[in-house]
Amino acid sequence: MDILTLLVVVPVLTVIALLFTKDLKQSRFITMIGSIVQLGMAINLLFAYFRERAVNASIMLFTRDLTWFESLNIHYSIGVDGISVALIILTSVVVLAGVFISWKIDDLPKEFFVTLVILSAGVYGVFISVDLFTLFVFYEIAVIPMYLLIGIWGSGPREYAAMKLTLMLMGASALLLIGILGIYFNSNADGGALTFNILEIGKVNIPIEAQKLFFPFTFIGFAVIGAFFPFHTWSPDGHASAPTAVSMLHAGVLMKLGGYGVFRVAMFLLPEGAKHWSNFFLVLAVIGVVYGAFAAIKQTDLKYINAYSSVSHLGMVLVALLMMNKTAWNGAILQSLSHGFMTALFFALIGMIYGRTHTRDATKMGGLLKTLPFISMIYVIAGLASLGLPGMSGFVAEMNIFAGAFQHPDLFHRIISILTVSAIVVTAVYILRVVGMMLMGPITDSHFEHLPKDTWYERAGIYLLMIPIVGIGMLPLWLSNMIMSSLDPFIQRLL
Amino acid sequence: MNFSYTFLVPLIPFAVFIFLGFFYNRIKENISGWIGVAGLTSVAVLSYYTAIQYFYHTPKLDGKFQTFVYSVNWMNFTDTLKVDMGVLIDPISVMMLVVVSTISLMVHIYSMGYMHGDRGFTKFYAFLSLFTFSMMGLVLATNLFQIYIFWELVGVSSFLLIGYYYEKPSAVAAAKKAFIVTRFADFGFLVGILLVGYYLGSFDFQYLNGPEGIAAAQKFGSIFMGFSVIGLALVLMFMGGAGKSAMFPLHIWLPDAMEGPTPVSALIHAATMVVAGVYLVARMFPMFNFVDHGSALHIVAWVGAISTLIAAIIALTQFDIKRVLAFSTMSQIGYMMLALGVSGYDGHEGVGYMASMWHLFTHAMFKGLLFLGAGSVIHAVHSNLMQDMGGLHKYMKITSITFLIAALSIAGFPGFSGFFSKDEILIATFHHNRPIFYITLFVAGLTAFYMFRLYFSIFWNKKTHYHHTPHESPLTMTIPLVFLAIMSIVPGYFPFTEWVTPDKVGFHGHIDPMMASIATTVGVLGIGLAYFFYFKPTDYPAKISAAFGTFYVWTKNKFYIDELYLFVTRNIIFKYISGSFAWFDKKVVDGTMNLIGNSTVVGSEAIKGVQSGKVQDYAFAFVGGVIILVIVVIYML
Repeated sequence: MDILTLLVVVPVLTVIALLFTKDLKQSRFITMIGSIVQLGMAINLLFAYFRERAVNASIMLFTRDLTWFESLNIHYSIGVDGISVALIILTSVVVLAGVFISWKIDDLPKEFFVTLVILSAGVYGVFISVDLFTLFVFYEIAVIPMYLLIGIWGSGPREYAAMKLTLMLMGASALLLIGILGIYFNSNADGGALTFNILEIGKVNIPIEAQKLFFPFTFIGFAVIGAFFPFHTWSPDGHASAPTAVSMLHAGVLMKLGGYGVFRVAMFLLPEGAKHWSNFFLVLAVIGVVYGAFAAIKQTDLKYINAYSSVSHLGMVLVALLMMNKTAWNGAILQSLSHGFMTALFFALIGMIYGRTHTRDATKMGGLLKTLPFISMIYVIAGLASLGLPGMSGFVAEMNIFAGAFQHPDLFHRIISILTVSAIVVTAVYILRVVGMMLMGPITDSHFEHLPKDTWYERAGIYLLMIPIVGIGMLPLWLSNMIMSSLDPFIQRLL
Repeated sequence: MNFSYTFLVPLIPFAVFIFLGFFYNRIKENISGWIGVAGLTSVAVLSYYTAIQYFYHTPKLDGKFQTFVYSVNWMNFTDTLKVDMGVLIDPISVMMLVVVSTISLMVHIYSMGYMHGDRGFTKFYAFLSLFTFSMMGLVLATNLFQIYIFWELVGVSSFLLIGYYYEKPSAVAAAKKAFIVTRFADFGFLVGILLVGYYLGSFDFQYLNGPEGIAAAQKFGSIFMGFSVIGLALVLMFMGGAGKSAMFPLHIWLPDAMEGPTPVSALIHAATMVVAGVYLVARMFPMFNFVDHGSALHIVAWVGAISTLIAAIIALTQFDIKRVLAFSTMSQIGYMMLALGVSGYDGHEGVGYMASMWHLFTHAMFKGLLFLGAGSVIHAVHSNLMQDMGGLHKYMKITSITFLIAALSIAGFPGFSGFFSKDEILIATFHHNRPIFYITLFVAGLTAFYMFRLYFSIFWNKKTHYHHTPHESPLTMTIPLVFLAIMSIVPGYFPFTEWVTPDKVGFHGHIDPMMASIATTVGVLGIGLAYFFYFKPTDYPAKISAAFGTFYVWTKNKFYIDELYLFVTRNIIFKYISGSFAWFDKKVVDGTMNLIGNSTVVGSEAIKGVQSGKVQDYAFAFVGGVIILVIVVIYML
């Protein structure tokens, strides 16, 4: 079997194996093994990709094509470029870290891990799909388990949060489906059969009117899951109610499907539509950047702070995509990766802190640096990564976005760019506010004077996420080259 | 000459940082101290070796000091816009190597005594190493982007070290304030860099400051109040510099930064990091000088002049000895800025630039010494306040004498290093900007006065009764004091005019007897007045402050600038902007979504009667539908 299909098959096998497990110990062990295998395969894929890329210049590598529904010309068609390889690595790292963080989940562990793994299978599927229909199916597979994960294992107003999240994402999916069908029915502009294959459609030019019509559907359809203003409100409530590993996976990986889909489908297949609509969506995206950051200042619940922070950071991804040049796009992909690792780390740490202090209210905590030195130190580092400190991945990503945005000399884009850059100040404010309040200062509550120390599985999860953050931040060149070289087909579509 | 080994200068402290950071809870106190000192000693040796090699043994090219660049590609924005990491060796970077390594080494040694017994000793040394790494990366930067990267890193080291006593709420607040204020300034800096990168297509200092870069930069027409887009970018970059160097009105973080341990104040907030803004302007000096006929430089000069005056006035009224020194630092950095601002480029015209760099060097030494001396005093009496001191000369002779040397140096007393560098600043302003000259001269008098107010109040004045008899600090603390005392005199005799000039050619400097005598008179006047007021307890200070009334109160409260900032951030930004955004999100955006969600429920409630199960109803609906369709079709046709 080819190395891409295995990425979906291994999770399925893991699920089957999980069905035979009896208790927490067995199920977490199986899931861990499955996730480690998956991470190994992802890393193997990375090296295989580099080897193959050296000799093969086509857009997608490792392509396979199987006919699925002949009448509608639906194929199971897969392949990867540098962007998807990077995102697959992200997914495998976050999933494995998530398993470590859920080490002690006591409520229905088997079912929890099954749902989690199914979700990850869907995400892998999206990243390897070249066929719009396959992509959509995988996308739904990734989104639907979220309802169960929040509804069953969540906390607080979980039914409300789960329902809200699912309904909004389903609503978006409906728009997306219209967009995809619109693309499908216009995919034979030069004559020939209708097709869902992204690469095939990429070769023809969909009539401009159709592009203008269907771009907003496709864009919004994907962007909602990327916390696109004003459709982001599912995210704070959803995160707040979700269990730790689900927040990690959701914010770390699932939300990246938004930017990925916008880029791979909306912008690649509907370039004229993108040009036509870019200013409109840019305004909304930049509102998200600034607004998310300002809203985060006012929050006291750690998860809410992070959720709004995600609105801001992922708003930057959309801004960058709409800036439509290679530098900004490179930044967008890097930001997706960076935010994925970083926010997963954040949610993991929040989970650890919550597990000890039983509160997520930053105002109720103080002086944790003294009682939880390791976790607090990592929280500070994650915070610094989030505010774009050089040496961490966020800096590299943001600088690419900014440099790309500044390549537009007109006043409109200048204002958008400067507003985007201004987020670095506001981000510093809300990050340091929490750090100062929660980690520094005197210990406010005598209950917090003796807290359980960090455990090996927690440290494993932390290190797993820290390595790529620092690695990308210190030596960005290889990754940025890998992504850059995959951007040419996209930029050529725009010319 | 090959200077590529200077890569090691930042990398050694980085290695120390990684090592101490990883094993922060497993290393014994004195071991981590010695590791830090050993690392810094090797850095200092490399730096001094580089300086000697560069200034004495490297042949000049066409009569100019050569520039050596060694770099590796770090990141590419586009095929042409690249970011390198590397080292750039030219007169000012070599000079800064000496400054940073000297002060840092002294602080490393000093802290072994000062921080002795502290719980986070290893962490402290790890942070010091992180800072030294970042600062070295900054001064050796080959391009704007590299300088920005290390600029942020020194900012975060400063944050970590100010907040070192993290259990103290005031230290936490000060750390946050320092980071956020400088971050705000860096926002301008970053926009400036991005503009330069876009319009000139390079971040490289060699290109930007070379003839091609200057020619390219001069092509842009004026777009706003006589500034071209490059001129504006320079002003924005200067905003970053002003933030880091605590220039008015972005200075508010510096006095509060004194919450950090005193050796940190000496290293970061007196000698090295805070002069990064001066260094930035000096680094980009050809750009500042030639673009828009130096309009941006004009701003630099006036910001420097205003800052130096305000800071010197505030310093008169402070009682916390570290705060006096902090305002003094701000005032002296204002000197450096204004000297750069009035400077020209060629030959003797570049005297301002030279004076600025020289003053940076001498100031680092004597201000570092003043802070370390203050630390020694605080170590002995466990208080920061002047009122709690007095008569300490009897107990702490070494501290007292070295402090006196530093004070004489900063007051510009003949023979001490500060005299020479300040004299050059006065000459530069005298020839290029008369109003600024008067400000500079006035501030020179104020400086002498407040510095000796400080000196006399601590070491002479009243015989305070101490609970524990103060004693001289241990050797680890006094050795750095003595070394820096020597360095507060000797650099005055360095041939700086031949080493550090904007055109890198150098000129023969000489002391202007007229200027020297004016400056000396003013300085001695200040010292004399301070002697008269403070050598013995008198009631003159109280009388004078009462005579100034409101003005005194305003000055003592630092002109309420902090309160203004606090009002703007807390009452306007947090309350109205952030608060209303959060409210809007919850009520309007989310409210709309909930409304849509609820309306589907309400809607289906309303129409569920349609599914009645009666055949007649369905038939009616069917017929109705057909009729509507027919009407639509007919209408369409």
